[in-house]
Amino acid sequence: MAFRRHLPIMLFGCAAAVLPLALKDPYYLGILVFIGIFSIATMGLNLLMGYAGQISLGHAAFYALGAYATGILTAKYNVHFLPALAAAIIVTAGIAYVIGMACLRLKGHYLAVATLAAGEIVFICLNASVGFTGGPSGLAGIPSIEIGGFSFDSDFKFYYLVWAVFILLFILTANIINSRTGRALRCLHSSEVAAAAMGINVTTLKVQIFVLSAVYAALAGVLYGHSVTFISPQASDLMFSVKLLTMIVVGGMGHLWGGVLGAALLTLLPEALSAFHDYELIIYGSILLVIVMFLPGGLMRGFETLYVTILKKVRGRG
Amino acid sequence: MRKLLLAGALCLFVCASTVRAAEPYKIGAVFAVSGPAALLGEPERNTALMLTDQINAAGGINGHPIELIIEDNEGDEAKAVMKVKKLINDKVAAIIGPTRSGDTMAVIPIVEKAQIPLVSCAAAEDIVKPVKKWVFKTPQSDADAVRRIYEKMKDMKLTKAAIMSGTTGFGTAGREQLKKFALEYGITIVADETYGPKDTDMTAQLTKIKGTDAQAIINWEIIPAQTTVMKNKKQLGMTMPLFQSHGFGNIKYAQDAGDAAEGVLFPCGRLLAVDSLPDTNPQKAVLAKYKKDYEEKFKTDVSTFGGHGYDAYMLVVEALRAVGPDRAKIRDFIENKKGFVGTAGIFNYSAEDHCGLDKNSFEMLTVKNGKIVVAK
Repeated sequence: MAFRRHLPIMLFGCAAAVLPLALKDPYYLGILVFIGIFSIATMGLNLLMGYAGQISLGHAAFYALGAYATGILTAKYNVHFLPALAAAIIVTAGIAYVIGMACLRLKGHYLAVATLAAGEIVFICLNASVGFTGGPSGLAGIPSIEIGGFSFDSDFKFYYLVWAVFILLFILTANIINSRTGRALRCLHSSEVAAAAMGINVTTLKVQIFVLSAVYAALAGVLYGHSVTFISPQASDLMFSVKLLTMIVVGGMGHLWGGVLGAALLTLLPEALSAFHDYELIIYGSILLVIVMFLPGGLMRGFETLYVTILKKVRGRG
Repeated sequence: MRKLLLAGALCLFVCASTVRAAEPYKIGAVFAVSGPAALLGEPERNTALMLTDQINAAGGINGHPIELIIEDNEGDEAKAVMKVKKLINDKVAAIIGPTRSGDTMAVIPIVEKAQIPLVSCAAAEDIVKPVKKWVFKTPQSDADAVRRIYEKMKDMKLTKAAIMSGTTGFGTAGREQLKKFALEYGITIVADETYGPKDTDMTAQLTKIKGTDAQAIINWEIIPAQTTVMKNKKQLGMTMPLFQSHGFGNIKYAQDAGDAAEGVLFPCGRLLAVDSLPDTNPQKAVLAKYKKDYEEKFKTDVSTFGGHGYDAYMLVVEALRAVGPDRAKIRDFIENKKGFVGTAGIFNYSAEDHCGLDKNSFEMLTVKNGKIVVAK
């Protein structure tokens, strides 16, 4: 049973493992690295929004916090990567816990505004603490990730690292969703009152899932910082939070593959369309509009419907 | 028979050389054509397109046409990284841009590793300090703008300054430089006020300055704050001279403030005041031609940002003309380039200086009857 459930991700993993051998080109590898990083961030956000039904417009803040935490520790204080990573996770989780405790009492638009404000506070702090973060001009010279003497210093190596992390987190997330906690989350999504009546500790669960999704974002940020070797407060701004959100909405909210699909589409599409120059933005916008209008559940749900329809037709004929 | 052979060989040779001559030189460019920095990126892109057309129409570089590949990174750092990787993959000889300082900082590790020359159109000092082997920039540095302001103050016998700055990257960097050089020029800073970049009223800060014995105000921010300061200062009836940073370099900003902009002093490249430059100025010919061509083609005012694009582009073209599309030779050529007349000034690059400009690249300008002219 468990094997069948994990079959798609295993097949995906095999495909991901052989793909770079076909495209050794650093440009394509670079894009795939970014898709992997964004997929990790959207996976966490999807857990929070798609499953638990809590909106966050401040996830870029956690992404940036993760990147800055390991960036500062490794670049300025020569800390090894793994302890720096542990520190980054603890710091981000701690901050997410505080923000979550304060914000998650709110619902709907109020929650959206509160998380937006929290993100903005982080943005301002990163800009203002010049001595520590480098301020608006950013933090340069972040070293490559080194684990046990092995340095991930090329796009080729980094590709495997990013997608390995992605697959591990995917399996973890799939297990959470199919567990008791996952069912509680979905229950929370449809009705908080009902969830509370069923004996679910609503506040605790909300904060737990908020912290977990913040840690996903932080991990993505850590990978981003060490792959680009530079980070600036831009990574924590509202536009990036909105971008992550768009990825989920387009890809499929409440569907594990939705985040990956959205991340891939939103990263690849502008690259593919760049040949159109001035018309790029118009075409890009139109495609997103069409998806949101005709496939409100996102691409993943659209594919599912299509699959079911075809299956029915085939069976009907048979 | 021998004649025929000779003619055949000659024909082959001519064919071969024309085939070789037709091989284009590839220049890559990353500009923030859309997004929040589009005001800067668009004129840069327009300039690069215009220059490519001009050079190709005139027969290219030593017979080689230029193939310009422009990428729009939308002012986004992650995108800048992707675009630069793409350009490296496209085997361009050199890259001009990116537009923003942050975008430039993000791509430096890649160009250093790939060993490809990059001529940035962004201003931050961090880009060239410390010197990176493959990275150059064309805009002037904040420190030189500060030097020019302090020199002017000395000329005017003013020694007490009140400084105002926004809490942005630009404002913060300017404030640091203002404080750093004050002592050297014998200037005392009697007030140091900051404000949020989107604040719509500076009366509080100005009233505080009014209470000090400041003889001049130096304001370091871009729009809209730089306009607000001028308006509020006029409303408060303060008559002391006001200096703005080189971020004031667009006639539209002066127009926004109307009367209040009259007499404001700011250090800037000479592009905006080209009409009031003496004919003996070595930059005048370059500036006048660029301004005329640009305004005729795009029906809009020329800006210093497009000028930074011009300088970066022409620097690469000169290098290609001299040494061909060899990346290492292009880098060496730019590093040793002296006396290159650009729009921002006369560039003298060296192994220690990858910006190439000094304080003389700035001219002290003022607004007179709604026009930007050289300050007397």
